[in-house]
Formats: sequence, structure tokens, C-alpha cells
Amino acid sequence: MTTNDPTQPIPGVYLFDGKMAKKGYGLNKMCFSFNEQSARDEFNKDPDAYCTKYGLTDMQIKAIHERDIIGLLQQGGSIYYVAKFAGLLKLNMQDIGAIQSGQSLEEFKAMLVRRGSGEV
Amino acid sequence: MANIIGAVTTSHIPAIANAMANKAEETPYWKPFFDGYPPVRQWLNEKKPDVIVLFYNDHGLEFFIDKKPTFAIGVADEYHNSDEGWGIATIPPVTGESELSWHIANSLVDDGFDMTICQEMKVDHGLTVPLSLMWPGNNYSHVKVIPVCINCEQYPMPQPKRCYALGRAIGKAIESYDSDMKVAIFGTGGLSHQLDGEGAGTLNRKFDLECMDKLVECPEELTKYSNLDLVKIGGAQTVELNMWIAMRGVLRGKVTELHRNYHAPISNTGAGLLLLEHEMPKAE
Repeated sequence: MTTNDPTQPIPGVYLFDGKMAKKGYGLNKMCFSFNEQSARDEFNKDPDAYCTKYGLTDMQIKAIHERDIIGLLQQGGSIYYVAKFAGLLKLNMQDIGAIQSGQSLEEFKAMLVRRGSGEV
Repeated sequence: MANIIGAVTTSHIPAIANAMANKAEETPYWKPFFDGYPPVRQWLNEKKPDVIVLFYNDHGLEFFIDKKPTFAIGVADEYHNSDEGWGIATIPPVTGESELSWHIANSLVDDGFDMTICQEMKVDHGLTVPLSLMWPGNNYSHVKVIPVCINCEQYPMPQPKRCYALGRAIGKAIESYDSDMKVAIFGTGGLSHQLDGEGAGTLNRKFDLECMDKLVECPEELTKYSNLDLVKIGGAQTVELNMWIAMRGVLRGKVTELHRNYHAPISNTGAGLLLLEHEMPKAE
């Protein structure tokens, strides 16, 4: 189970500010490239080589390997670009919502319904 | 002067595009959402706006964080959609209105809004989903679109009060344009939602409904929030409310709500729909 980043002011939120944008630049640049099918194919062929091409740090490569969405955010990933990596893994927003909040997909969806109806 | 005939707010999430592509509008999950749209489509078909000024945020298709404009405006004759990495079907080119775009851009910079002015601009689901929703079958080729893009991705982001002021300045620019064309304003995105972090799945129905009330009756109340306030109350991506606030800034005089729908959740989001008209003050 991951924990909140103590450098972030709002619990459960990773504000993508200048510090994070600098830290995650290579990671986000790689994910930005996934807009192109040719880049997705190249990544799938050899993920490590592709990460190296974009200068990812060891911790970022580890988070990519482990499909650790929270880890990617903590390493400077922006959700807008991390989502493109998730798309490459065939995961949608509800899938990664469940992963990040530590629930099953069904639990996550049920939580959304409760909140959407104003129950909580 | 060009005539601002009214405004529409709508969600723009990618799942809507997939639902339309898969013809899932009548399924129990989607029906309460799509049932909100026919009255707005009817209004658009009756009023026949020539131009839509559309506030949206780019989600990492056109703009990367190497250069991140706070406010950007398209001045092109045509805009293209493209693969965003998730396999959403792309849609046909969107027609621009270059001359009015340049007029607005000139007026905004003179008024102190330092816009990024784009002659080429790939437009993502933030812009295309609302068009697909309003004109099913992507039958929007008759209408011209002016994209106005607000940074909702990387801090520092423009605050609600600044987005409202941007809307005010755009309204002034449109009104000073020597033409009898009809212009409608779209505010897209929102409302409460959070995609990232342990708090993913945050929603706040009560806040969303309050926002819709205030947007109609007392929009200045919304400009008192900071972006961090919005994140705390509704989740990290609630900042997209800024596009609705900018839209509201364009309207003047007495504003009337003609139609409303709210449904949550749609994907991870509180999805609101408003159709607004305003009573323009008489020309002096």
C-alpha cells in the first residue's frame, strides 16, 4: 500500500507544480509520445530501451515496470500523461482509479455511485 | 456588432465519445446522461449560431509541458483531431473562423490578456466531445468554432477570477466585431472529479449543484474560490470549472436558465449540462 506524499499539501492529491513538472519531465515526455501508435509499438517491443531513450530515472523505470500509478505520480508523472501509459496497458480511468485508491474495480464503481447520488 | 445568443455547458470526458461510438446511449448507465441533451440540440438547431466560442482544456495532445500556455486561442481556418493514445475514434476536421479569432486575439492582448495565438492546433476530446454531443453523427460542419484553451494541467493555473475576466474580455471583443453573425459560447469540462492519487474517485454532488445555481444567478460568488479551494472541495480536476466560469463571464445582463441536467457518476465525474440565454443591454 502506498502512502501520501508529505510534500503535497492536500491528502490524496498530487499537485502537478513546477517541482513535479521538472522531476517528471522525461517520464511525461515519454508518455506524451504515446499519442503516436508507432511510439506505442516501439515501447511494447522493448520497454527498457524506450525508457532509456527518454532518460527515465531508475525509480521511474521501476514504477513503469510495476505499473505503479501512484509511484509514477510521486516521481513527477502528470495524470494527463500517465493516463496515456495506462491506455497503452488497456486500462481506463476507472481501472486506475481503483488501483490508486486501493479498491477492487467493483468497489471503486460502487463508491462513485454512492458519491454521485449524494449519499456520502 | 456580432450577437451573443446564449451559452451551453457540458462535460467532455472521453468515455462519452466511446459510449456514442458503441451506441450505448440507451443503456441504463448512460440514459440519464444522454436524456439531458435533446433540448439543447433543439435550441442549437433553431437558433442556428454561426460561430461557437468553445472553452476547453488540452489533455496533452497539442500542448506538452515543454511550453505550456496559460490561455491559448486558435486563429485557424480548420482544426484537426488526433489519436490521444487511448483509441478514441477521431472525428472530422472542425471549421474555424479565422477573421473573428484574430479580432478577439487583438482585443484580448490590448486588454492585458497575453494569449498564445495558434495558427495550428490539434484539438482533443475536450473540444470534440461537446461537438459530437450537440450534433450527433458529427454533423457540425456548418458551424464555425473558435477554440479557447485554458491550462488546467500544470500549476500555476489561472484562477477562477481571472478566467471570469477573460470571459468578460472575450464578450467585449465579440460585441465590437462589425458583423451580424450569431455567436454561442460553450463552457466544457467539470464538474467535481479526481483522476489521480489515493483520492481518485472524489465526487461532490452537493457542490456541483450549488455551482450550477451560482453560475446562473451569482457567478461572482464562484470567482471567490481559489483553484486549491476547488481541489479540496471537489477533487483535483474540479479546476475544470474554470471553463464554465469563463463562459459565464461572456454573458451580460439578465441570464435565464432554459434547461439543466445533472448526472453523477459518468465515468468518474459529476456531469452537468446548462443552457443559458441572456438579455443584452440595449445598445447606447
